Amino acid sequence: MCHQTVCLVARHLEANGIPTLCLGSALDIFNAGRPPRASFLDYPLGHSAGKPFAPADQLSVVRAALAGFEQITVPGTVARLVNDWGNDDWRAEAGATQGQDTREARDETPQFQLPADRDAALASGAIRA
Amino acid sequence: MSINYMQAIRARYENLGYTPYRWFEADSPPPWTALTKPLAQSRLGLLSTSGAYALGQSAYHYKDDVSVRALPSTTAEADLRFSHITENYLVDARRDPNCILPLAPLRTLRQQGVIGELADSVFSCMGGVYSQRRVREEMAPALLEAFRAQQVDCALLVAM
Repeated sequence: MCHQTVCLVARHLEANGIPTLCLGSALDIFNAGRPPRASFLDYPLGHSAGKPFAPADQLSVVRAALAGFEQITVPGTVARLVNDWGNDDWRAEAGATQGQDTREARDETPQFQLPADRDAALASGAIRA
Repeated sequence: MSINYMQAIRARYENLGYTPYRWFEADSPPPWTALTKPLAQSRLGLLSTSGAYALGQSAYHYKDDVSVRALPSTTAEADLRFSHITENYLVDARRDPNCILPLAPLRTLRQQGVIGELADSVFSCMGGVYSQRRVREEMAPALLEAFRAQQVDCALLVAM
């Protein structure tokens, strides 16, 4: 869903004069949504900018993705990054057609990561009690 | 072989009794704006759809929340939080935000001269919005104005 959202946003920004580059890990959604420039990283979702606690991997992902700004000349190109997650253990679950609904409940209550975040947002006036 | 998410997600939720989701499939060529200067001289904007917010800001809700947060690009990692309808993908981001909101790599690339500047504020949203109309009509125009206000030359959009 996030990949679809970035495709729509990228197309809007680009149509209004801002060059964009999308970085993500769902190749099929990029191919369907056709953003102007994209980099595909074949990692499990949630790691589009690299492996956690792996600064060298993150740096190489972001650097290679950004190179697309100058290397991609054909609109709609999705460049494949060479970085490798290291194993395929995640693929069966990611591509499963059976399974539980992993989405959280959909209502309009802000879902803070930590209870103290709500207190901080109240204190700053970002939300009201 | 890369994962076919559209097919898998469609099948998974059909098996749970939901009507199939109609994914966006572009029926027109991508628009195109050429860079006006080399990346090494450009001011780069950043959007992450991971539901990032800074301590003191509101979290996102999960019912097609199309709001946008501006985060100072100097925000400390300890002050970054995430809320997203698919929280199961946030396990690592909540430990190391850079795997989905790459502020540290971008600061390094700025120091190395790969990019000219990083915008003072970067943006985040909760990308799990089902309504394509609301993304087009509300979120995307708000982000366009936000990026223009940051005077960016180009923008990196990181999907979760």
